[in-house]
Amino acid sequence: MRIGVITFPGSLDDVDAARAVRLAGGEPIPLWHGDHDLKDVDAVVLPGGFSYGDYLRAGAIAARAPLMQDVVTRARQGLPVLGICNGFQVLCEAGLLPGALTRNSHLHFRNRDQVLVVERADTTWTSDYRAGQRIVIPVKNGEGRYVGSDADLDRLEGENRVVFRYADGNPNGSSRDIAGVTSENGRIVGLMPHPEHAIEDLTGPSTDGLGFFTSVLKSVVAA
Amino acid sequence: MSRVVVDVVLKPEISDPQGQAVLGALGRLGHDSITSVRQGKHFVLEVDGTPDEAELKQIAETLLANPVIEDVELHVTTD
Repeated sequence: MRIGVITFPGSLDDVDAARAVRLAGGEPIPLWHGDHDLKDVDAVVLPGGFSYGDYLRAGAIAARAPLMQDVVTRARQGLPVLGICNGFQVLCEAGLLPGALTRNSHLHFRNRDQVLVVERADTTWTSDYRAGQRIVIPVKNGEGRYVGSDADLDRLEGENRVVFRYADGNPNGSSRDIAGVTSENGRIVGLMPHPEHAIEDLTGPSTDGLGFFTSVLKSVVAA
Repeated sequence: MSRVVVDVVLKPEISDPQGQAVLGALGRLGHDSITSVRQGKHFVLEVDGTPDEAELKQIAETLLANPVIEDVELHVTTD
């Protein structure tokens, strides 16, 4: 299975994301933001980092990159897309996911191992988890506070589109402890914490992140 | 030549921790009469010829501001 990992200028975690894809049994395909070529991938990962130095707003300029135009078109047709941290910011800026990510309420960069509760275990990227399961994966961001109007948040909750919530402490002041959300069809998922940093005991706090990458492989095989 | 100023601020319902930090600093400096600070962005665009208002609005609302969380105001001055 070919899983594309996009590199933008300022991406940091593209190599870790590609490694996670490989450890899960997929074939990582490097994609370049400036191309118009998705290289026949079966799914796409937008990695963490500081694309374009977070100029303007985090993810704002990357969301208008040439390759993102192709990602938006294909995602609307059902291509699975995972946005991690800066990738989540890019997906919100591109209009593929609702809401926005803003400066942490305490204004500090927060880097720690974070407990999450899985709210949805039926998306393309979370089918290897159980609803209600607690997982531990690293969070590291300065602009990870998920916000939206109360009406938008109510609608999001009504549509059951919150995929993860922070537990045992909210690291950035996100509304309603929201750590990750999904598209209506469950094929696009964005979250601030970093599953690609929790795939091996040697380097991560757990191997809880691997499930993202094994989940998508199953969905692609099933499709 | 025209000059277009675009001001972007967070919507009132979105909390602004940076503005609150500035407010805190003002209080420590003794400026007790300041009761609120909202921090935003200020863009100055120079435009050849007569600016197309619709195009400017589109630029402001699709790139310079994120309408999910921000309000935007345009001010056009022509030489």
